[in-house]
Amino acid sequence: MIPIGSSQNPSPSGASVEGALAGRRAHRVREVLIHRGLWACALLSVLVTAGIIIVLLTQSLPFFQNVSVWEFLTDTKWVPLADDEYRRFGILPLVCGTLMIAVGACVVALPIGVGSALFLSEYAPTWLRNIVKPILEILAGIPTIVYGYFALTVVTPFLGEYVFDGIKVFNAASASIVVGIMIIPMISSLCEDAFSMVPNSLRQGAYALGARRMSVALRVVFPAALSGVVSSFILAVSRAIGETMAVSLAAGSLPNLDLDILGPVQTMTAYIVQIALGDVPHGTLEYHTLFAVGLVLFVMTWLMNLVAHKISGRFAERYV
Amino acid sequence: MRANAASNPSIQSGEFRRSELIAKTTGAVFAILCFCATFAALAALAVLLIEIWQSGHSGLTKSFLRGNPSSLPERAGIYPGLLGTLWLMGCTALFAIPLGVGAAIYLEEFAPKNRLTAFINLNISNLAGVPSIVYGLLGLTLFVRFFGFGRSILAGALTLSLLIMPVIIAATREALKAVPDSLRHAALGVGGTRWQTVLHHVLPAAAPGMLTGIILAFSRAVGETAPLVMIGAFVHVTSAPAGILDKFTAMPILIYDWAERPQDGFREVAGAGILILLIMLLAMNAIAILLRNRFGKHKLA
Repeated sequence: MIPIGSSQNPSPSGASVEGALAGRRAHRVREVLIHRGLWACALLSVLVTAGIIIVLLTQSLPFFQNVSVWEFLTDTKWVPLADDEYRRFGILPLVCGTLMIAVGACVVALPIGVGSALFLSEYAPTWLRNIVKPILEILAGIPTIVYGYFALTVVTPFLGEYVFDGIKVFNAASASIVVGIMIIPMISSLCEDAFSMVPNSLRQGAYALGARRMSVALRVVFPAALSGVVSSFILAVSRAIGETMAVSLAAGSLPNLDLDILGPVQTMTAYIVQIALGDVPHGTLEYHTLFAVGLVLFVMTWLMNLVAHKISGRFAERYV
Repeated sequence: MRANAASNPSIQSGEFRRSELIAKTTGAVFAILCFCATFAALAALAVLLIEIWQSGHSGLTKSFLRGNPSSLPERAGIYPGLLGTLWLMGCTALFAIPLGVGAAIYLEEFAPKNRLTAFINLNISNLAGVPSIVYGLLGLTLFVRFFGFGRSILAGALTLSLLIMPVIIAATREALKAVPDSLRHAALGVGGTRWQTVLHHVLPAAAPGMLTGIILAFSRAVGETAPLVMIGAFVHVTSAPAGILDKFTAMPILIYDWAERPQDGFREVAGAGILILLIMLLAMNAIAILLRNRFGKHKLA
């Protein structure tokens, strides 16, 4: 392609050819290197996942050498910091506390989240939606520590004054409420995305048959978007399960199984924080409980996320 | 039935009107309920902000900003936390932005459609759902102990980088997707290599969107507390850090410590700390929104 110089004048143009070829080679080498580098960046995410799994497994191994998996999963008492003969390592109370908060949060967030999503997608005019959506996003951006403070200073006193007599300073109810507030924007925006993915032809068909707005919303849009709603719901629950600071501030640190929403409970995350704050020496059994509890937490949230993505992926395929 | 209706039109129209009325009422009630749900969320935000302003604004003084943590609420200050957070964010940006943007460029511009790519995608979306405290456990084992960085800013920043990378990747990919293919075709058509196309044409076009997403990712990292607690960035640090291997504390951690103390005085101090944190977040969000509005109009699509 590149014209090669005549025999009378070989040296200068020969040099330029070589120069061009070398330049090209350099280009190609650089291109390949960059490609590799970017690929490595993308692969890092896989390494992070692998790292999490390896760390959780290897660091919880010493714990499971002392406490059997069966005992860990079925014992009903969690007393990790006592003297040897009184120690009990049953994770059920922590799981129970975690699920109590998660369920409570959903009781708060599900109706409000789905209701506001229906309002925004089916009722609200565009200008109102453009105002309300960014404000809801602010709610999602507030740090969880702020919600914990809010629970301690506002929600618990309010509940004690007007709703429940004899509520404790640390209690599951106020933690549930603030975690619920925290996940409203998540449910609301994911549900609204799902509602807006429902083709307009479905709505128009229903309206043409004389349906009212409520019927369209509840009998056409909602069922059509159901898998999106369910997946948003699962993601929100998994978020509530992993929520740490608000819960450890508001719900206290008393692992128990008795489902009392007015008293303190301890979640898995709050336990991890409690141990991390107290100076537990590296290598002790208490230290390794962190990773055993972390492993349970990771497996629970990971499974839920996986299911949610499966469901919403199927939903997206149906309409795109 | 038809004969009956025809012979008695007044009854039929009365029934019809009643069912019409019921349907109308339930429809209105439902609409109001939906509106109330939206309003409840907004009201919660308003109450939260007002309450924090009331409990915190009197504590926002110069001595609070410049002071060190103290066991007396009236002398407590946030200075080491403020600087710790700034250091942390700076170092996190150093690690997280190149890695996150690089991964996004690969996945959006270079990646072949194969199983490995699909696996990486699934993996990233799963990472986004991992609780932040689990990242803290990873950071504690890997950075603090295994690599021996100790309870330093470096360890904290690396942990936060891993935490926000999925967010940065997702935001960058959205921005890259918004760049029209015609731009790429033109650059490739005049003989640019793939990397030249990306570097000189796609990235500049996607930059505002990327920046918006990255700022929002960092506004999440600023308030992150749990992983730092795990790293051990706890309060008994009374001076500002001077290098990346120094011990540190951060604003959310000081706030947690203050909120947990029983004395009433610390409630005000915690409120003041939260106000500073929220002001920082608000500023970051405002910048992100400004960027979006400023450059969103010239979108190439």
